Amino acid sequence: MTLKAREHRLGWGLVAPALLWTGAFFALPFLAMLALSFARMEGRQIVPALDPGNYTRFLTDPTLFGALLNSLEITVLVTALSVVLAWPLAAIIAFRVPARWQRLALLLAVLPFWTSYVVRSYAWLLVLGQNGVVNRGLMAVGAIAEPLEISATRTATVIGFVHFFVMLLTLTIYANLIQLSPNYARAAADLGAGRWQTFRHVILPLTLPGVVTGAFLTFVLCIGDYITPQILGGNSELTVPQLIMLQLGRSGNFPLASALSVVLMAVVTLAYFACGRWLRLDRV
Amino acid sequence: MRVLSWLYLALAYVFVFLPVAVLVAFSFQDGRLPVPPFKGVSFRWYEKVLGDGDLMAALGHSFLVAVVSSLIALVLGFLAAHALARVALPGSALMRGVLIAPMTVSYLIVALGLLNLFNLTGVRLSLWTAGIGHVVINLPLCFAILYAAMGDHQKNAERAARDLGAAEWQVLALVSAPMLAMPLAAAFFLSVTFSWDEFIIAFLLTRFDVTLPVEIWSMLKSGLSPATNAVGSLVFLVSVTLVILLEILVFRRAK
Amino acid sequence: MTADVQIQAVSQRFGASTVLDNVSLEIAAGEFVVLLGPSGCGKTTLLNLIGGFAEPTAGAVRIGGRDMAGLAPQHRPTTTVFQDYALFPHMTLRDNVAFGLRMRGVAKAKRGEKADAMLALVGLEGRGDRRPHELSGGQRQRVALARALAVEPDVLLLDEPLGALDLKLRRQMQDELKSIQRRIGTTFVHVTHDQEEAMAIADRIVVMNAGRIEDHGPPREVYLHPKTLFTASFMGEVNRIPIAGGQAPFGPVALPDGTLCLRPEAITESGPLRIGPCRVLEAAFFGAHVRAHVAPVSAPDLKLVVHLPQSAMPAPGQVLDLGAETWGVLST
Repeated sequence: MTLKAREHRLGWGLVAPALLWTGAFFALPFLAMLALSFARMEGRQIVPALDPGNYTRFLTDPTLFGALLNSLEITVLVTALSVVLAWPLAAIIAFRVPARWQRLALLLAVLPFWTSYVVRSYAWLLVLGQNGVVNRGLMAVGAIAEPLEISATRTATVIGFVHFFVMLLTLTIYANLIQLSPNYARAAADLGAGRWQTFRHVILPLTLPGVVTGAFLTFVLCIGDYITPQILGGNSELTVPQLIMLQLGRSGNFPLASALSVVLMAVVTLAYFACGRWLRLDRV
Repeated sequence: MRVLSWLYLALAYVFVFLPVAVLVAFSFQDGRLPVPPFKGVSFRWYEKVLGDGDLMAALGHSFLVAVVSSLIALVLGFLAAHALARVALPGSALMRGVLIAPMTVSYLIVALGLLNLFNLTGVRLSLWTAGIGHVVINLPLCFAILYAAMGDHQKNAERAARDLGAAEWQVLALVSAPMLAMPLAAAFFLSVTFSWDEFIIAFLLTRFDVTLPVEIWSMLKSGLSPATNAVGSLVFLVSVTLVILLEILVFRRAK
Repeated sequence: MTADVQIQAVSQRFGASTVLDNVSLEIAAGEFVVLLGPSGCGKTTLLNLIGGFAEPTAGAVRIGGRDMAGLAPQHRPTTTVFQDYALFPHMTLRDNVAFGLRMRGVAKAKRGEKADAMLALVGLEGRGDRRPHELSGGQRQRVALARALAVEPDVLLLDEPLGALDLKLRRQMQDELKSIQRRIGTTFVHVTHDQEEAMAIADRIVVMNAGRIEDHGPPREVYLHPKTLFTASFMGEVNRIPIAGGQAPFGPVALPDGTLCLRPEAITESGPLRIGPCRVLEAAFFGAHVRAHVAPVSAPDLKLVVHLPQSAMPAPGQVLDLGAETWGVLST
């Protein structure tokens, strides 16, 4: 056997376990899900078929299609807000905070990132709820007479999401910013660029890969999340993940749940190709 | 500009810590509801929580699932990253894509796919099935971190070891792994925290023995209670300890 | 401890590009051979073929008469000193040097002893407990050398080992490499693109270009009697003067048609092959000599580079009467 063949056999041997795992527990289930999305429900029985009914139902049923619109609206809003809020935060930590305090400042800024997902949403419920800290506080100072309806609305969902993703994006953008050599800004200034021009033409384009990668992760995690809209948004307007969970729990309608998942994945794939050029997932 | 920067930073910290502060503060509430007014300090909710057998069992389950699934993800990710970084296999770009792919998919879809698979094959749901799901989501993370960490320096050292007569397992054990100690630790700790916090996979893929986030979820259903605050605070404490350990052990030494 | 290397009609192709084209070379046991050439000439590929990090598309590599086909690096009687040293950062110097012996199952005490002896050989006596990051570039280089030599290879392969060192240290390490090689008698195959380094250490220089061997021989031979124009200009600065019908641009010469190659230091005021009066265009002091650009009065378009003695410092515009030394006429 040649050296190259031996190298290859070794390489395959080492990469095989990971590939097999991903194949068996990710690719295969996905294919099964795809097949199941074309199955039919008869009573509580799943009947294998090649029936696009779940998809036509999705397109025609306003509850189902509306959920996708809700999901998209929330996700786009959350992603945009998070980027806009996180960029300055990351920049302030990277450029204003003295070098020796930077790691601490960053660690603090994202510490609640590490709280349990469920607990974090619950905590926002305590803040935003009818008797929550915000309402009680505002009523105590006389700003409002009646408690605001924040919890169980889209606003609460968005606040909960933005809280989480600002932290995530601060991490990715900060990592991008500190890798930039200070000489870029110096060179730009040296060549006569003002602060705004330096930012607009040099720093911002250089951080674009980090921003896009972070924004994509935000998009993926946000659009697929069940917990935050369920706890904070309640049942007033459903998102796709909430709808999927409803199908699983109430009616055991696995085919419809699968079809909705496929739709969700298609949306994510579209988003992936939309920002594919700048995406560096292997360098997160 | 300067003043505005500090103001922004301060506001950001307030926003980021507001829910956590409220959570922790009202875990000491001497009353039945974790909302204002604050009625005094009491540790009774912590006593209740620590004495709750189901919760403590869930805590143990979470720990077990997190450590075991992270170890598996770490080993698989390490071997794959090593192979793809060093051997020019045909289709290696495709393989990298396949290994990273689960990162771009919602946990809910991973969970639903596995639930279908287990239903179809008649596998009974348990902590093990949830663990399988956690490996699926943590494997891309471990792979990506380790693959990015394998630079030319690393490759040349491995080449030198091979040149001096090391068999492949010796290269891995004596050169690659020790040289990658920091990224290995980082990948492991990150996996553990992700698995430890993960809800939807654990919720859909466990049956009788559940993990802590699932147990907390079922507490939520019975409404607001300082007991939930107490559990949440404890979980936060554990996560934060892990992160700070990681910071001190890995990043400080890496400098 | 030492062996000869035979490279027999070796070719290496990657897809459409040919990196090595039918290369044959015999290296004697105990010889210090330097593969010299510009980047991309195939010298590192050839080294990799000897070391077993790649296999030739065609042809064979024999070491000590044994065909190396299908043998992985660890099974060949060769070791390599890598360009970036590739020291194991998590091991002490002793453990680094003893690594190969450990792989061969040598007992701990014995391999430690041997490692210390090797460290002493390269001038790092008593530093076995240090770690690579505590060392300077030159010291790391020595550790890499000691590590590769500790397993007593028949052939030591060196891949631009001095490339990362500054000039002064590089000159010093060249001398040490040469003296170590003399002492242990192992065959050394050394790759570099620095022709001064090649001349300083080689028993024989193999000049490579575009996947072929252009020339080979002792340093003096390839410098003074290069077989090709490429070698002539790669080994050092050279003036090329076209000759047609016994006429050079500056006048008649008793040489066959072709290109007359003159080293700058071969042009002097007393040289017997007369060029005639030349106008100095510019001159700069180079320490050991004065480097000047001149043009023959009779052929002002022909620019020549000459090395004049240290003491001379002609002003631009000055006219010198120059001629070439016969030893400096390169036969191409």
